[in-house]
Amino acid sequence: MSGFNLYTRGDRIFGIANASLMLLFVLSTLYPFIYIVSASVSSGFAVSSGQVVLWPVDPTLAAYKHVLSDRMFWISYGNTLYYAIVGTLASLIIMVPGAFALSRPRLRGRRLITFLIAFTLWFHAGQIPFFLNIRDLGLLDTRIGIVLAFACNAFNVILLKSYFESIPASFEEAARMDGATDFQLLWKIFIPLAKPALATVTLLCLVTRWNGYFWAMVLLRSEEKIPLQVYLKKLIVDLKSDDGFASRLMTAEYSFETITAAIMVASLIPVVIVYPYIQKYFTKGMTLGGVKE
Amino acid sequence: MAEVALDRESGGGPLRAMGGVIATPELATLRTAGSQAPGFGIRGWIRVLLADIRRDWQLYVLLAPMIIWFAVFLYTPMYGLQIAFKQYSLFRGIDGSPWVGFSNFVTLFNNEYFLRAIKNTLLISFYSLVFAFPMPVILALMFNEIQHNGFRKIAQTITYLPHFISVVIIAGLVINFLSPSSGIVNVLLAKMGFEKIYFLTIPDYFRPIFIGSNIWKEAGFESIIYLAAIAGINPALYESARIDGASRWQMMRYITIPSILPTVVIMLIIRIGNMIEVGFEYIVLLYQPATFETADVIATFIYRAGLQNNQYSIGAAAGLFNAVVAFILVYGANRLSRRVSQTSLW
Repeated sequence: MSGFNLYTRGDRIFGIANASLMLLFVLSTLYPFIYIVSASVSSGFAVSSGQVVLWPVDPTLAAYKHVLSDRMFWISYGNTLYYAIVGTLASLIIMVPGAFALSRPRLRGRRLITFLIAFTLWFHAGQIPFFLNIRDLGLLDTRIGIVLAFACNAFNVILLKSYFESIPASFEEAARMDGATDFQLLWKIFIPLAKPALATVTLLCLVTRWNGYFWAMVLLRSEEKIPLQVYLKKLIVDLKSDDGFASRLMTAEYSFETITAAIMVASLIPVVIVYPYIQKYFTKGMTLGGVKE
Repeated sequence: MAEVALDRESGGGPLRAMGGVIATPELATLRTAGSQAPGFGIRGWIRVLLADIRRDWQLYVLLAPMIIWFAVFLYTPMYGLQIAFKQYSLFRGIDGSPWVGFSNFVTLFNNEYFLRAIKNTLLISFYSLVFAFPMPVILALMFNEIQHNGFRKIAQTITYLPHFISVVIIAGLVINFLSPSSGIVNVLLAKMGFEKIYFLTIPDYFRPIFIGSNIWKEAGFESIIYLAAIAGINPALYESARIDGASRWQMMRYITIPSILPTVVIMLIIRIGNMIEVGFEYIVLLYQPATFETADVIATFIYRAGLQNNQYSIGAAAGLFNAVVAFILVYGANRLSRRVSQTSLW
């Protein structure tokens, strides 16, 4: 559509109206981010008294200093990194070989297995049986439980499988002619060829792990194991109503609001850093495997 | 033959339900693979399987962890669903607990809070359909009409971003902005001479807040699928329209919109199929007892009954009801979307 000439007055007005509306939408998307960054570097008093509207007022790094000295912040941040990295590795280690095997026509029963995996997208047992199962497995309140229980999902398996299937059969034939085993076939031929799909799935897993809070909140009891999002939830949702807590935190320099703002910024930074890669692979890569999001 | 029919569902269905579109070649290979199986009955099939495993054992080793994972983490809970028909006790376990027939369901459907949760689920879905569903379509049309490539790319980058942010952060922003003491909305209200409002405690405000913040989070990202549809329109259509002297508005009205209409219809059907899923993880963060009246949905009801109050059987029964309704809706939507996509432009 680019390269159009604006030749009539009406067209020009249309273009300007459209661009203005778009600008409005973009600014309203951007505003909460600007506000939260501004609030995190303003003084506690300025935020509590409603002086911060767009830019920082009485700039100070006091909230960040407080957050960086908060033991729970570091513990939960470390846990989130652990769940994101180990969880994503577990996902790849289980799903990539599985999806590869499932993509080979010589695998007996692959139709049935594919159906049983895809079926879990349609029908799931629900929160309670899932929870009781985790408990019966002895995985409640364990890090490995969080890593394992969310390692696979049918969507990613099917995405990987479709991508492996799209790789021409001649690659497999040639490799098998040279005496390659299935392990070698996967490791040396299919994984290098499936890099776009692997990147997409890796990013999907990382973002899901980084952002997930619900099951971590339900399954983990000890504070030492909770991820950042659960810690943040405790601060924002559970303690917000506890006025005693909020006022105890309040000093002239920082307040409950500036501290939660600082933690939100700290949690957003990694997402913003990987975002360019996410955008590249999600908007283009998702169509590669024949699956559009 | 039955398996073939099942396969067709498995290929086209679930991904559609998640907003994805499956490539058809997969189905073709599935069917040809099936036709190789010799018809010796189950015993013969097992013999062939064992021979295959001996020949291609590495392939089955690669597959095994994933099969075990699905069996342990997703299919074992399906066996556990039987507690919906039992009076589950922690000490007796799933198998040892006594059967009670449909009494958990009778209890549920006599519970006004459960009925309220069903009503709220449907209402939140309905309002989302009316207010949130059109937004990504409109946004895609707007992106498409922006002539300046740089501005369009920046606008897309910024509006896709909230999709990748945790609901905890989104809820934090909402709580922060609407806070009665220092929230920016109330500060502005006060400046204009209005009274401050504690929005999150007032039932009437819950749905607009929930749906509005969801639009903020998802509208940009969801426009991608419509942009993809727009990208597939034949440029010759626009060229001949321009020669005929059509304005940009007319080209959008008579070329772009009709061309993406099939995609819009399919997405609408998918959304209706997913009516019962209303983002409860986000609701849990935003609601409070004061707003349960409008905010409590089936999934949050299950969460409170089962996971917070340990009424496992009631929670499982509500979950089973939820899952069955969801299954029927998704299945129906899927059939419908297949019929629509066959008769329409695709």
